[in-house]
Amino acid sequence: MSGMNRLVISIARTHVLARLRQTLVGVFGVAIGVGFSVMMASIMEGSQDDFVRQLVDSLPHISVTDERREPPRQPADQAFDAAEIHGLTTKQLRPGIKNPYAIMAALEGWLPGAVAPSVQAKAVIRFAGRDTAASVTGIDPKREPDVSKLATQIRDGSLDALYKSSNAIILGSGLAKKAGVRIGNSVVVTAGTGRTISATVVAISHAGVTQIDDNTSYVLIKTGQIMAGQTGLVNELRVKAHDVMQARAVASRIEAETGYKATSWQEAHEDLLSAFQMRNFIMYTVVSAILMVASFGTYNIISTITHEKTRDIAIMKSLGFPSYVVRRIFVIESMMIGIMGLLLGWLLGYLMSYGMAQIEFKSPFMDATRLPIIYAPSHYAIAGAVALMASVIAGFFPARKAAALQPVDIIRGAS
Amino acid sequence: MSALVEARGLHRVLGGEVPATLIDGIDMDVNSGEFLAITGPSGSGKSSLLYLLGLLDVPSAGEVTIDGRATSKLNEEARARMRLETLGFVFQFHFLLPEFSALENVALPMRALGRLDDEAILARSKDLLVSLGLGEHAYKRPEQMSGGQRQRVAIARALANDPKLVLADEPTGNLDTASSAQVLGILRAMCGPGSGKSVVVVTHDLGIAAQADRRLNIVDGKVSA
Ligand SMILES: Nc1ncnc2c1ncn2[C@@H]1O[C@H](COP(=O)(O)OP(=O)(O)O)[C@@H](O)[C@H]1O
Ligand SMILES: [Mg+2]
Repeated sequence: MSGMNRLVISIARTHVLARLRQTLVGVFGVAIGVGFSVMMASIMEGSQDDFVRQLVDSLPHISVTDERREPPRQPADQAFDAAEIHGLTTKQLRPGIKNPYAIMAALEGWLPGAVAPSVQAKAVIRFAGRDTAASVTGIDPKREPDVSKLATQIRDGSLDALYKSSNAIILGSGLAKKAGVRIGNSVVVTAGTGRTISATVVAISHAGVTQIDDNTSYVLIKTGQIMAGQTGLVNELRVKAHDVMQARAVASRIEAETGYKATSWQEAHEDLLSAFQMRNFIMYTVVSAILMVASFGTYNIISTITHEKTRDIAIMKSLGFPSYVVRRIFVIESMMIGIMGLLLGWLLGYLMSYGMAQIEFKSPFMDATRLPIIYAPSHYAIAGAVALMASVIAGFFPARKAAALQPVDIIRGAS
Repeated sequence: MSALVEARGLHRVLGGEVPATLIDGIDMDVNSGEFLAITGPSGSGKSSLLYLLGLLDVPSAGEVTIDGRATSKLNEEARARMRLETLGFVFQFHFLLPEFSALENVALPMRALGRLDDEAILARSKDLLVSLGLGEHAYKRPEQMSGGQRQRVAIARALANDPKLVLADEPTGNLDTASSAQVLGILRAMCGPGSGKSVVVVTHDLGIAAQADRRLNIVDGKVSA
């Protein structure tokens, strides 16, 4: 560091220290700005990441279904140009995916991920004279662990228990409770199609989400197909991609190769993701505003100092200090406040985020959770950089004014 | 003796609703090694002339040449550089930086000039203070010193970069008789043939004027006989 810069810093330091109270107010202003920015970012991005992770974990990355993107052309439309048929929807009653195992085998040749089938049916579960509505999902216990967390959510038993008896069923924890069923009990399952089977409860699943745990039950694919009345067909192939961000590309390839509609999680939640973008935009706007307001305080302090120090500025300029040196003194004072503020703000932000992460939230719809806080260096870097930039700008204007001062104007008045 | 400073046709008019003529056509020289006293009634333009000679102010017309260098066309930064390198100022008010010690105040122009390293700056600052009888006050801040001591610190600071010309505007105006005599003695002693330093003192004090090599009387912004 040159002698001049050391001189500039030592002058700046004396100015800042001589006004300790004002300086501290400025430092706290910046610290609070940085602290809250960091905390807000860590909560908002944390909850968003958590939400996306849960979404991505709980739903297939790609869902292949027997649907079409365009309504099929109607015979009249094809035969006569003049005939136009409007108002058709894509929700035709479709039979389901045929030859699911052949398709899965073909996909597995290139798919960067895993695939598993499922069959859906509506049913009523009867136990001890009580009927409970449930959805029955037919799964393949060998493939299921590769595409979902279900295997890890089984209590007292495992997915493979489905092979234990000819008609085994796994009930969601809430469903089991509603129906008053325990493992080993035999229940009667009546599907919407009218098919009735008697099944043994072999395990209980607990996803931690009431909506799921209260309604879902699992059986083998074959059993599911019987319940749904669609032998040989499945409703859905679920794909878990190695790289979730690749889901879009993988989905469009699946769609091209199989002819079935493949929906990536991004596509399924397009509106949600764009809502997140809007939310982030709002967050960064608010954070910038907080930091700007904090820098107004710094501007105020530097302006005050330059006014109080008019005589000193005149002295330095009369001695022959170049204007840029005078300017630098006050910009550095502003940066000192900014740097102290951002260091304190980082600490504050960390402590507040940490504190937030300790709070437990109880919800009737979910297991008790804590705020999903993330500690991202980028939050600290961005808040710090913005605070520092704001303080340089806050210092620049009073500094420029100070540097433009004509020493003779002050000396004339003082002599 | 050759002229260190040549002022020709100096005018300084302050703009405003009623323009004020501070300096109204002055030609003058300051010779090398000379102790020049500028005298005149209050409000006659003595300080204004000193500011022009010291490049703190710019003439409305005319030219100040210092050490062979015409200054009227220099920009602000170049004038600042010349002040730093070749001029030293002492004002009626000491104008020391209040938060810094005597030593640091004296070191200020040297640090700004950046020709010496820290050690040399420290040594020279101490030497200057000692030579002005302030050795034991080096670490005091201005408020801890008497008026005469402060003024001597200001002189030490003016001498820091070994200027060719020292400009003093009523340097004893705020001092008691003993301190005045001391400050005058210092200013008087620093110039002389072969010293390489000239001193211009603006003063009311006839005692100072009497000790000067030459005296320039200003009345109404003009040199009067
Ligand atoms: N900023 C100013 N505006 C108007 N008049 C001024 C200003 N500064 C000085 N003057 C006037 O200029 C004249 C010369 O001032 P100055 O050079 O300070 O005189 P001296 O030092 O001889 O007392 C005085 O009449 C003073 O009132
Ligand atoms: Mg005067």
